[in-house]
Amino acid sequence: MEFFKFKHAIPFMRYGKLTTTISLLTFVFAVWALAHNGLNLGVDFTGGTVLEVDYPQPASLDTIRTTLEKTGLPEVSVQTFGTTRDVLIRLPLKGNESSAKTSDTVMAALKAQDPGVTLKRVDFVGPQVGKELYNNGALALLVVALGILIYLAIRFEWRFALAAIIANVHDVVIILGCFAFFQWEFTLTVLAGVLAVLGYSVNESVVVFDRIRENLRKMRKTSIPDIIDSAITTTMSRTIITHGMTQMVVLSMLLFGGEALHNFALALTIGILFGIYSSVLVASPLLLMFGVKREHFIKDTKPKEGVTADGAQV
Amino acid sequence: MNRFPLWKYILIAIVLLVSALYTLPNFYGEVPAVQIASTRAAIKTDATLLQQVEDELKAQNIPYTGAFLDANSVKVKFASNDIQLKAKDALQARFGDGYSVALNLLSASPAWLSAIGAKPMYLGLDLRGGVYFLMQVDMAAALDKAADRYNNDLRSQLREQKIRYSGINRVGQTVELSFADAATRAQAEQYIDKNFPDLLLTETAADGSFKLVASLRPEAQTRTQEFAVQQNITTLRNRVNELGVAEPIIQQQGVDRVVVQLPGVQDTAKAKEILGRTATLEIRLVDDEHDITAALQGQIPFGDDLYTDRSGQPLLVKKNVVLTGDYITDASPGFDQQSGQAAVHVNLDSRGARIFKDVTRDNVGKRMAILLIEKGKTEVITAPVIREEIGGGRVQITGMDSTQEASDVALLLRAGALAAPMNIVEERTVGPSLGADNIKKGFHSNLWGFAAVALFMIVYYRVFGVFSTTALAINGLLLVALLSMMQATLTLPGLAGIALTLGMAIDANVLINERIREELRNGNSPQAAIHAGYDRAWGTILDSNVTTLIAGIALFWLGSGPVRGFAVVLCLGILTSMFSAVTVSRAMVNLTYGRTARLAKVSI
Repeated sequence: MEFFKFKHAIPFMRYGKLTTTISLLTFVFAVWALAHNGLNLGVDFTGGTVLEVDYPQPASLDTIRTTLEKTGLPEVSVQTFGTTRDVLIRLPLKGNESSAKTSDTVMAALKAQDPGVTLKRVDFVGPQVGKELYNNGALALLVVALGILIYLAIRFEWRFALAAIIANVHDVVIILGCFAFFQWEFTLTVLAGVLAVLGYSVNESVVVFDRIRENLRKMRKTSIPDIIDSAITTTMSRTIITHGMTQMVVLSMLLFGGEALHNFALALTIGILFGIYSSVLVASPLLLMFGVKREHFIKDTKPKEGVTADGAQV
Repeated sequence: MNRFPLWKYILIAIVLLVSALYTLPNFYGEVPAVQIASTRAAIKTDATLLQQVEDELKAQNIPYTGAFLDANSVKVKFASNDIQLKAKDALQARFGDGYSVALNLLSASPAWLSAIGAKPMYLGLDLRGGVYFLMQVDMAAALDKAADRYNNDLRSQLREQKIRYSGINRVGQTVELSFADAATRAQAEQYIDKNFPDLLLTETAADGSFKLVASLRPEAQTRTQEFAVQQNITTLRNRVNELGVAEPIIQQQGVDRVVVQLPGVQDTAKAKEILGRTATLEIRLVDDEHDITAALQGQIPFGDDLYTDRSGQPLLVKKNVVLTGDYITDASPGFDQQSGQAAVHVNLDSRGARIFKDVTRDNVGKRMAILLIEKGKTEVITAPVIREEIGGGRVQITGMDSTQEASDVALLLRAGALAAPMNIVEERTVGPSLGADNIKKGFHSNLWGFAAVALFMIVYYRVFGVFSTTALAINGLLLVALLSMMQATLTLPGLAGIALTLGMAIDANVLINERIREELRNGNSPQAAIHAGYDRAWGTILDSNVTTLIAGIALFWLGSGPVRGFAVVLCLGILTSMFSAVTVSRAMVNLTYGRTARLAKVSI
């Protein structure tokens, strides 16, 4: 069985302007969403308390809200979580209070109102820790991007590295943009997903670049854009199948993983979809734009007949 | 060209066999158990205790399925949760004093597996339920306390040396001394320099007075703070022992933080209270003049308290507190130089030393009680006889049964109270039902994800798809085996990581299979195509995996808790996938096709 049989290379590079425009638009949209809405940061980063409680019967959110308001916790957000019996209660940090007593107060109040309630989860993050997790997260993003940049620069060439990293940072910005636009909660786990996407979707560029490098050596008489087209076309089948496969697993996570993994799986889904697009249609035109040349890879061979000194054109 | 030397097959077989062996414990599940561990250094956890525990259970007619002794506890397995609870109550009643009796879950894997060190994966708190606290030690308070101590010491020392000062005060974390003239100041400076090497002195002059500001040297500050954190950890460990938690983790994180993980603890309010409570130490005189038997009948003399010491002897202790633990700067176990008996050496600060000197001088021949007060419960640690006046702030407490007990008492004296206040800056509590739920969800994500990938691969690549799927399953096996061997913490994001690695690992096989197809299309013979496919794909696989590895390492480095669990799985998964997808799948291909000299067709 085979889905993708291409007799000729698809002229991707001819559509370079179009694809670049599309990705530029999505990128600008993502940046706008980030600037306008901002990320809906979870308690991991903002600090505060989140409680997940479970009732034996469908819970009345209003009763919970009034109960908590009576105990002097007015700024609570109460919502169902997954099922109608599971309730998620969020409390912001109160001033500079760094004590973890809030959760005890809440549970005591809820128990008094309905003894059947059970505590499933508490996350309390102090303001200092929240800030640290935020900074560490940002640092991790930077470190991963730099690490990949350096590795690719050593393994390939700086133009490849730069093109790949731009394409993938573009993916990350789009994921963040989606989270900002839909106001999905951005937690530590989601951040882990975003970083995994960064490492993973660079694969895509690597595979294409690997083929470009190989073709540069093999197809001496072909122009650079044609070499890139051929590289993309020949790896196309693999690209779609691999991503489809990873997406299947992520889909399974989305369906069976429950609320805790939901946003993580969402981040991966967006990352995978844009990963295909960006590494093929963003990284490669960028590579062309940066002016990749054959002699970047073939230094010790003499120019052959019919090839000009710069080796780019026949 | 597609043949492996025999050693490669043997190597692969050995790797698979070992992995299967170490994965095995994960399938046996867990049985309820009770573990009994000594909370005092003086009481050893040994074969005698094991025997006592077994005897007690037999006497109470509680059936158990196994009992054994490990490094520092006795563990007993039971057939059901009911019996476990019953046993816990019985053992608590019998061994409650001096031991912690905790509920635990133990792997149900047979003894020979445990003997080779094969354990199930170590589940994080989000999978097994429990509490995680991150506590911050108030370093400023630790320094304040140190400055307070120096303030007192300097005052009494200068007075003793007859160096006249006109004022001495703690200002923030420094001590300010003022003098009438420069000569006295110089004299004081010289004395302090010689006797307080930890203090840094700076001269200031204001409003005609001659001032000296003493501050802790940076290295002494660090030492004070390190000491505070260490002491707090010791204290927390003692307290957690009382909670009866099976496998607590208490460790330092960074400079001023302590992580406390209590698996299985549900009552977080209680845990918080116990962790945060303050213990105090008191030294009081024993009242031997009044009749103890009368006191035991309820006639406790005015100004006295009735306590029992650790051996169960009742004694009357005067209400008047001579010294509190605040005056103790250090306590260490040792020996009495004259008798060679085990002893505890306690160092008091200068104010404490002076009080102690006065009190001992006036009370030679009498007994002195050392009491630990926690949560309103007072325990007499020891009540030795005062033999002579004790000056210099160095106190020796004898009367201990053994060196073990001496170090135990020293520990209690040191660790009775927190050296500096602590705040909970992060808390994560997961209920047991949610933990079990998370395991189920993570497992299903993996199962269905794998099934979908396997189905597609086999339909799309036929025989090579079977190879790829088998390699993927082996990747899962290797990953679980590695996680079990390393006892790395498996979290819910970690479980998601396993699923994700499976999805990503298949990439290597897709790359190889696509490459083989391409080589076939280009007119190569099947054998050559297989060879070239594996050969050429390798470089690509390596590059693409290294980039993911970079992300994994950064996550491990900068991540915390569950995210770190994800990073571990991601990194290990990449390593195992390179082995399984390339070497193992190649072995299968070679075994199937490699020996046919003229292969006409491959199923791909």
